[in-house]
Amino acid sequence: MDYVTGLRCRECGRQYPVEALNICDYCFGPLEVVYDYDAVAAATSREKIAAGPQTIWRYSELLPVSDPVPIDLGAGCTPLVRADRLAAELGLGELWVKNDTVNPTGSFKDRVVSVALTKARQLGFKVAACASTGNLANSVAAHAARAGMVSVVFIPSDLEVAKVVTTAVYGGNSVAVEGTYDDVNRLCAELSSEHPSWAFVNVNIRTYYAEGSKTLAFEVAEQLGWRAPDHVVVPVASGSQLTKVAKGFSELYKVGLLDEEPHVRISGAQAAGCSPVATAYADGADVIRPVKPHTIAKSLAIGNPADGWYALKTVRDSGGAFAAVTDEEIIEGIRLLARTEGIFAETAGGVTIASLMKLVASGVVRPDERVVAYVTGNGLKTVEALAPVVGPTATIAPTLQAFAAAVDVDADNYTRSST
Amino acid sequence: MSVTVRIPTQLRPLAGGAGEVALDGTTVGEVLKALDGAHPGFADRLFDDDGALRRFVNVFLADEDVRFLQGLETPVGEGQTLSIVPAVAGG
Repeated sequence: MDYVTGLRCRECGRQYPVEALNICDYCFGPLEVVYDYDAVAAATSREKIAAGPQTIWRYSELLPVSDPVPIDLGAGCTPLVRADRLAAELGLGELWVKNDTVNPTGSFKDRVVSVALTKARQLGFKVAACASTGNLANSVAAHAARAGMVSVVFIPSDLEVAKVVTTAVYGGNSVAVEGTYDDVNRLCAELSSEHPSWAFVNVNIRTYYAEGSKTLAFEVAEQLGWRAPDHVVVPVASGSQLTKVAKGFSELYKVGLLDEEPHVRISGAQAAGCSPVATAYADGADVIRPVKPHTIAKSLAIGNPADGWYALKTVRDSGGAFAAVTDEEIIEGIRLLARTEGIFAETAGGVTIASLMKLVASGVVRPDERVVAYVTGNGLKTVEALAPVVGPTATIAPTLQAFAAAVDVDADNYTRSST
Repeated sequence: MSVTVRIPTQLRPLAGGAGEVALDGTTVGEVLKALDGAHPGFADRLFDDDGALRRFVNVFLADEDVRFLQGLETPVGEGQTLSIVPAVAGG
């Protein structure tokens, strides 16, 4: 069983039944899942979770759908890596990287899609659809294949090759739209009115879908021995993930899984070429002005972020900050994480690491804090960004002489290339 | 100028269930006011107390967000399509 009592508008509080609804009929505000937290508290425990599956479904009491056999490729339970080398480079003390690059389709989207499609199937949907910057399309196509559902995914036509291929391989319908992600999103918002029998995971199923991101907080707390971190850095596209990470930590306390009320500072990371929320933060504004994205971080290229306002508010209320980083800084962030910790992130992960660097430099993220950086997509998806700047350190003839002339390895005085 | 206004599911009951309504006006704001004139109730749903578009309402003229144009003052042309689209989607 699940512990959902209904849906509620985050803006005006109007209540709605547990159906495929994402916005308030009256004010268009987003709907939130309402849980019976007392019942969850009675039903869950650290021991029960520890004995659960090695997936997001170990936290099923705090997810909006319950199914003995969810639509599952194994999302979640990704490594939380203590990042001492990166911490040393940045001048931090206790730094952890949540390595969500290793999910089944290579990004955190598997968390939200597993939840969304399991709920969609329960609600009777047979078609899985989405508007995607790439990672979501990968994940919807894969999970729909697993579930035997029809899939129709929509992506901007200028995506990275890997994201197009790793979506198309699953055999569903993948539609490349001539335009930006915001164009794709607008099209899907309109299509969802025309095709109410389709489950657009991030339109009509979005209320449930977004809840999957809470597992990013649940896992970090469990992996830290049921303690919350002091500060997290989260990439921001629509802003949904950041707000749900915050919600996740606070729910753990609400249901008794954390002993102390967490006070997690939450900072947001954006690419300078698409930073509507970071700009509003910097300007002290309450209105998010949409932008036209120009960044290599295509998975974060949402110029009109649906949850931008809530992400802004969450960051401000928690005492965090926003950073925005250039394409060059994104590349450097990817390389820094790779050479210090052996983790290859996609461009969005480069945004997180480069933003972390900036936030450390500006004194927002401090050496006395337990810090977690969320790295949410795999570098193999965006190799185009790195191909011009990294390659073999030597190309030689297959002879001992050529090797000796070209390569000098001193294991006692070794520094990895950073240029 | 006669323009077509596309209505999202949530607001179709106000327009008798129609997904599209043809209306006259010379700016986006005038067309939306005409929509409220033809089907009372729209203004309350689309505008806040200051008369600005609500935070979670997007309006597109010929597929461009009117916030990138001149907002409610944006001129409309004969035969153009104005789409009202809920903002909370995507990501």
